[in-house]
Amino acid sequence: MDATVSFVLNGKPVTVTSPRDRMLVWVLRDELGLTGTKVGCEAGLCGACTVLVDHEAVLSCSTALGDVAGKAVLTIEGLAIDGKLDPVQEAFQDHHAFQCGYCTSGMIMAAWAFLKKQPRATRAEIIAAMEGNICRCGAHVRILDAVESVGKATGGVR
Amino acid sequence: MRRRSFLQSATAGALTLFFTTPSGAAPIEPTRPGAYPEDFNAFLKISADGRVGCFVGKTELGQGAMTVLAMLVAEELELDPAQVDMLLGDTDLCPWDLPTGGSLTMWHTAPVLRGAAAEARAVLLGLAAKALGAPAADLTLKDGAIWVKAAPTRRTTFGALVQGRKMARHLGKVKPKPLSECTVLGRRVPRKDALAKVTGAAKYAGDLRLPGTLHACILRPPAQGQKLTTADTAAAERVPGVRIVRDGTLLAVLHAQPDTARKALALVKGTFEGTEPDVDDVRIYQYLVDKAAPGQRVMIARGDVAAGEKRAATVVEGEYRNAYEGHATLEPHTSVAQWQEGRMTVWASNQSPFVFRDSVAEALKLDKDKVRIITPFVGGGFGGKLVAPAAVEAARIARQVPGVPIQVAWNREEDFLLDGYRPAAVVKIRSGLDAGRGAITFWDNIAAGVSQGEAEFAYDMQTNRYQAPAVPDLHPLKVGAWRAPNAHTNAFARECQLDALAAKAGLDPVTLRRRLANDPRLLRLLDLALEAFGWEPAPGPTGRGIGLACGAWRQALVVAVAEVAVDKATGKVQVLRFLEAVDVGLVVNPDGARQQVEGAITMCIGQALSEEIHFKGGRILNKNFDTYLLPRFSAIPRIQVVFADSGTSTTQGIGEPPVVPVAAALANAVFDATGARVTHVPFTPERVLEALKRVP
Repeated sequence: MDATVSFVLNGKPVTVTSPRDRMLVWVLRDELGLTGTKVGCEAGLCGACTVLVDHEAVLSCSTALGDVAGKAVLTIEGLAIDGKLDPVQEAFQDHHAFQCGYCTSGMIMAAWAFLKKQPRATRAEIIAAMEGNICRCGAHVRILDAVESVGKATGGVR
Repeated sequence: MRRRSFLQSATAGALTLFFTTPSGAAPIEPTRPGAYPEDFNAFLKISADGRVGCFVGKTELGQGAMTVLAMLVAEELELDPAQVDMLLGDTDLCPWDLPTGGSLTMWHTAPVLRGAAAEARAVLLGLAAKALGAPAADLTLKDGAIWVKAAPTRRTTFGALVQGRKMARHLGKVKPKPLSECTVLGRRVPRKDALAKVTGAAKYAGDLRLPGTLHACILRPPAQGQKLTTADTAAAERVPGVRIVRDGTLLAVLHAQPDTARKALALVKGTFEGTEPDVDDVRIYQYLVDKAAPGQRVMIARGDVAAGEKRAATVVEGEYRNAYEGHATLEPHTSVAQWQEGRMTVWASNQSPFVFRDSVAEALKLDKDKVRIITPFVGGGFGGKLVAPAAVEAARIARQVPGVPIQVAWNREEDFLLDGYRPAAVVKIRSGLDAGRGAITFWDNIAAGVSQGEAEFAYDMQTNRYQAPAVPDLHPLKVGAWRAPNAHTNAFARECQLDALAAKAGLDPVTLRRRLANDPRLLRLLDLALEAFGWEPAPGPTGRGIGLACGAWRQALVVAVAEVAVDKATGKVQVLRFLEAVDVGLVVNPDGARQQVEGAITMCIGQALSEEIHFKGGRILNKNFDTYLLPRFSAIPRIQVVFADSGTSTTQGIGEPPVVPVAAALANAVFDATGARVTHVPFTPERVLEALKRVP
């Protein structure tokens, strides 16, 4: 049963006609063409599909389209502003905090949401916050370094 | 022969490296022999705008091939690596290459590419000499410009020189720059894939959005090895937009939306045939031993084992096991195939474009030149994407719907069911130490499930027997290459066994290894590792929880030191620190190499502690990451990496060597902490508790 659902995507209003119970990840990737959000497990176990809904990290493989009606969705494509990278993206870039890159969008979005709430977190708090995101290549140490550096350098995200 | 002579002439500096390997040949042979082309134009295209394009038949899996290969070209042509555009893994555009595995890129391809870039440099200088009316020796170059050293205003550019020219010249005359003159190699260089990966712009096979794409979900049997017989697709066909394609035992539900295709697939009822093996994840070890027994063959026989046993003052007998483990790349196997004008194009997540091309051609009975493999970014490989099942499936389906791009993206359950696992194995070792505690008098190894492979001893083993089975279809499940195949299994057994011998003889683990080492590089690495770790070894168990293991992989050597805490109530092992000292010869890209070591340690913490394929018959019980346990952030310790300055200009690959000793170092650390020997990988809390019960 298709429904018409409107929300704000990366700062711009969009309207999608699709079943309300369709998972957001498919809407983003297939209807809106934003493929930066990845599909890793389709069961909320790996974090590759993490996006922000009203600045909270959510798993888009387990979030229905209907649940984001009227809300603000931010994906990896919406993080840089006018071509200027977000500090979290910069930190991942500078630390080479990735290898294959498949988990990276989800990692960055999860880190962003955490830093927004808790810009001056301890290493242990960062580890706890990132625990739901899987990296198979083993960039863990660098990811933690990157997230920690953002807190130290800028006092958090915008 | 042709390739051999070409390499001898083209890569003088690398020659020794290539032909003095233990086996005398590359470990992964192409399914059909291929050869590197002899014209540097195959590798490099210098455009009129002065940019340099580099074409290599490897793929970017995250290991950094794109960056390190660009560094080699940049070095010879005096460019910044950012000025080199890399195109990888396109079988129409890139010269033939071996798979991206076996740590081959730096060992095997890099010397050829350097040779090609050196040749290009000589050609450009020759053209500039004519254009500027000065001898080539008086010229210098940087950032795409060439000028007369003494008169910098007399200058030209790569772009101007190549205008309209085809610079054909066979490789083999020019040597790469000597190491002392290199300015790019050995430097920290920004990864070329960084911006694309932190902005979500990096495209993987599943991110392709070709107009009209249909997503194919394939009907799977409940167990490995079974095949489809009949299928009732009536309910699925009632879903608007669904198409069904059947090709023999392959049945796919197609839809423009991937999630709708998946839901429609669930409406298909299939029947399957094929018997399941009578074995499970508990009985597998005895199964392998029994099945291997009649086929055991002596692979290595040095010295007299029986006589050596008589000379032994300390004898230890050990049995070491490891479970099947999955590759579990975060990007599952994914391919998009399109059949158009008699050609099949497949955009494939892969580690071996030319093997994929040949596999697709064979499956579809096409000439190889009718198949093109294009490789976008690949979301991890680790050996799992050396083989092409998803690409073949996509191509078979696409062949039946001409013109329509067909995407096959396995979901996580399929990725676990259809993976070729790290083989489960049992390795039994009896070995002895002499009364002087300075020599191994005999070492008798019998393996089931693995073979010798690339696993070399870094020690002096005068009396050494290695038996492994030559039994076809030994494994009841599909197995494959898993990052440093065979070596991690053999090293785990050997290095735990050595540790047990040292402890029984009252020696600390390092002293015994020093006495046995027959390679001065290993002694240096041990020094480096101990100093960096700040560890003074003592006979174990000391209660400190520090363990050591050594690993050899071709000519690379690694020393690993781990510190763990063991919760004796729960059996949980927490890794507190992990260090590797690594000798891979010349480190071309230090940060990239460091990433590979960090990644290997991290991945193998999962290998050692938690990852296990559970099965009953052919049914794979791991459906997702809730039962297949990858290491998460809280499992990863501080990691230290030290590279030995070996002073050589030759380079070993680095994808695999750092994998080799990880599990053994952790097991030896568990022993040092508790006195318990964990001998079964993964040593889960349950297995650690069992081992603790056995401590006298």
